[in-house]
Amino acid sequence: MPFIPHTENDVREMLAAIGAPSIDALFDEIPARLRTRALAGIPDALSEMDVARWMTQRAQLDGRPLNFLGAGAYEHHIPAAVWAIVTRGEFYTAYTPYQAEASQGTLQLLYEYQTMMASLTGMQVSNASLYDGASALAEACLMAVRAHRKSKSARILAPATLNPTYLEVARAITEGQNLRFDVLPYERASGLTQSGALHEHHGEDITAVVIQQPNFFGLLEDVDAITDRAHAAGALVIAVVNPLSLAILKPPSEWGAKGADIVVGDGQPLGVPLSSGGPYFGFMATRMEHVRQMPGRIIGRTVDLEGKPGFTLTLQAREQHIRRSKATSNICTNQGLLVTAATIYMSLLGAAGLEKVAAASQTQTRALVDALTRIKGVQLAFGGPRFHEAVLRLDRDVGEVLEALARRNIIGGCSLSKHYPELGNALLVCATEMRTQADIDAYARALAEIMK
Amino acid sequence: MHEPLIFTHSRPGRSAAGQYPLTAQADVPEKLRRKRPAALPEVSELQAVRHFTRLSQLNFSIDTHFYPLGSCTMKYNPRACNQLAMLPEFLGRHPLAPESASQGFLACMYELQEMLREVTGMKGVSLTPMAGAQGEFAGVAMIRAYHRARGAVERTEIIVPDAAHGTNPATATMCGCTVVEIPSLPDGDIDLEALKRALGPKTAGIMLTNPSTLGVFDRRIQEVAVLVHEAGGLLYYDGANLNAILGKVRPGDMGFDVIHMNLHKTFSTPHGGGGPGSGAVGVNQRLLPFMPIPVVGKEGDRYRWLDERDIPQTIGRLSAFMGNAGVLLRAYVYMRMLGRQGMQRVAEHAALNANYLLARLKGAGFEAAYPDRRASHEFIITLKRQAKELGVNAMDFAKRLLDFGFHAPTTYFPLLVPECLLIEPTETEAKEDLDAFVDALIAIQSEAEQDAAKVKGAPYTLPVRRLDDVRAAKQLDLVYKPE
Repeated sequence: MPFIPHTENDVREMLAAIGAPSIDALFDEIPARLRTRALAGIPDALSEMDVARWMTQRAQLDGRPLNFLGAGAYEHHIPAAVWAIVTRGEFYTAYTPYQAEASQGTLQLLYEYQTMMASLTGMQVSNASLYDGASALAEACLMAVRAHRKSKSARILAPATLNPTYLEVARAITEGQNLRFDVLPYERASGLTQSGALHEHHGEDITAVVIQQPNFFGLLEDVDAITDRAHAAGALVIAVVNPLSLAILKPPSEWGAKGADIVVGDGQPLGVPLSSGGPYFGFMATRMEHVRQMPGRIIGRTVDLEGKPGFTLTLQAREQHIRRSKATSNICTNQGLLVTAATIYMSLLGAAGLEKVAAASQTQTRALVDALTRIKGVQLAFGGPRFHEAVLRLDRDVGEVLEALARRNIIGGCSLSKHYPELGNALLVCATEMRTQADIDAYARALAEIMK
Repeated sequence: MHEPLIFTHSRPGRSAAGQYPLTAQADVPEKLRRKRPAALPEVSELQAVRHFTRLSQLNFSIDTHFYPLGSCTMKYNPRACNQLAMLPEFLGRHPLAPESASQGFLACMYELQEMLREVTGMKGVSLTPMAGAQGEFAGVAMIRAYHRARGAVERTEIIVPDAAHGTNPATATMCGCTVVEIPSLPDGDIDLEALKRALGPKTAGIMLTNPSTLGVFDRRIQEVAVLVHEAGGLLYYDGANLNAILGKVRPGDMGFDVIHMNLHKTFSTPHGGGGPGSGAVGVNQRLLPFMPIPVVGKEGDRYRWLDERDIPQTIGRLSAFMGNAGVLLRAYVYMRMLGRQGMQRVAEHAALNANYLLARLKGAGFEAAYPDRRASHEFIITLKRQAKELGVNAMDFAKRLLDFGFHAPTTYFPLLVPECLLIEPTETEAKEDLDAFVDALIAIQSEAEQDAAKVKGAPYTLPVRRLDDVRAAKQLDLVYKPE
């Protein structure tokens, strides 16, 4: 029997100790008419060898196409050491560190992670992670409502250049708590949030303004001006950032005169594979004054009864297992294993390595844009400074082009037609340090053929 | 054993330079550029590898220790599940890759939905919630959406038994509902009279775990279902304890309208030091229109995503993509390896281990919280006598167990049993390991009788002694600052 150690003799002895005639008798408190019949819809068991063959076939169906798609999930090189350590049983099969003395490895790692994320974002404190970037934004909006006691409106302004799925998720998760989201438009010429857009809300009670940097089009927003205007309007600022970009972009703590108040994003670029969208992890950092409004686990350093330093879950009075219906969030577990990967990744690369990866991604994206815009019928939509994504305009249907590229084993980017129909046939492309000039040339050749 | 912080290994200019491209230069306008680099460690590759390997060795884990943490189902996480979910094609698949290039992955997800439907007796499954708490959120949000679609906007009360996990009331609040708590009877079942009093025109639904966190199966669940449905409410099944009944009884057959499953418990995906989890939800006919998206659909022999165009009344998206796909793949491999018969044996042997452990502990003089009931896959012993007579409480026993090489059971939960240990051995532990655990508790009991201070001072053999939690909360030290 897979994974069950009992011999027939064990079972006999155990039933005798219980005083039960059979295993079935252990279920005698369940009303008979509820008992399940055979599970006809479940296939027969596969041996490890057979399931490996099956999964390998399934995986090969999808293959390993050349990827130029980002839009919130990015293919970076992950050093071999990262997942070799992450999948050690002591990390992989431990649980939430409720017994601190038996979990110092996980706890110390999380404290190191909090330190690294605080430094990367420039903020004073970080939590131990949330589920993903989109749900982290939802939690940040709820946190802003709690933290901003003077604001009664629970109104959030979010730019149209925010990842559209993030806004959908924030709306879905906050729906029961009567938050209101309004969208700040972007300039059609630049792809940037209109600098005057906040003026239209002058004098209104606004709880928080969301700013994404780089924005969904890959462009660098004028974060100083928006932050200052938001603060002048009495709102908190929630920054949504790509953590890798913070190696070269100024941290949200330095946006405008006062800096952002809450910083969130998806940690996936830091050592987490694409893996069909998860598991990733969301991060959240803030000012010390808001720490008690922060959701999720937080690790603190303290001492044991001999005065030795040690680590423990702290500020638990915010959490569901203590506060129940009055907790800051219902979140319970975080994404510990992915944070483990990110902490090892950041340690191996250091600030200098992160900067090189960010710079190489930016450089390769520039090369990609140069190569693709040489093709007739392909234009760059927005010309301003960007990180590692760009919007291209095609003279034909993007969906069909992407399908044709997929047949050539190339994932060509993200169609913007659903969320940004006003842009026409717009395609969001991305290159990271993983894409070589040969990869870029292969994409350009395939696209040129298709666009003929 | 002590491992210094990674930052103390750091020296300016040291690096693991083999890890990244060396040549690129960033091009960022002056006013947006980072001026001071982040204070990340500067260490060699070996220093990083050794540091994190040493940290790992400070942990208890399933792979190294018996981990009978009640309500958490810390069973063996088969290595094959990890290896096959990490095939390079799966790891490299972009979440937004076209469906035409994703048929292998989508087929796995579709079949996982179908298998979960079958074992729970529900009509539809959405895999997208990223943890149990998010599954709960999805469930209550669907209940709300259902009532609202019928014009019953006043139905905002969620009934929760006093034994419930803290996430249940926290979730109800997150969904804009109010919580009505009802007591449990002395035998652990729900108090039907209290339930009747709580039900009314404002009732949105009830959140139940069955078997409950008290470690017993609620024998009158069908009456509960009838009462709640007659009052116009829906029943939510918290799948925390699904391992106890897998293949034996299905939540759908008990009358539940919506359930979440903790795939990291019942379907053996790793707990990862506190996540990632996965909280797939199953719904019956009446909640099908409200499922969170995306869901995988099948047309002919092709698989495709179903989104708001297919499920227009959906409660929406809960993650940027489709949730914890890598966790879902692990659960899929696990279910395929168990197969039909294996799935039924899970609950059988989980119940066998729990009832055996309970019988042995009762035999050794420990007091069961519900002595006349069958254990489900877990059970509660109460140490209130030891606390009163010897001054040694449940936490002391828990800490001393660590010295004996066992992870402690869940302590002080559920809240209504004083000085309790909630013990869940799972089906993957061998009899001799259960026996060794009983021996350890007997030894601690005897220590407590002879030298209570010894037990109260535990643990002695771990990297740290008991920690000062009050200081941790008062003198907040959440990030390292070099002196």
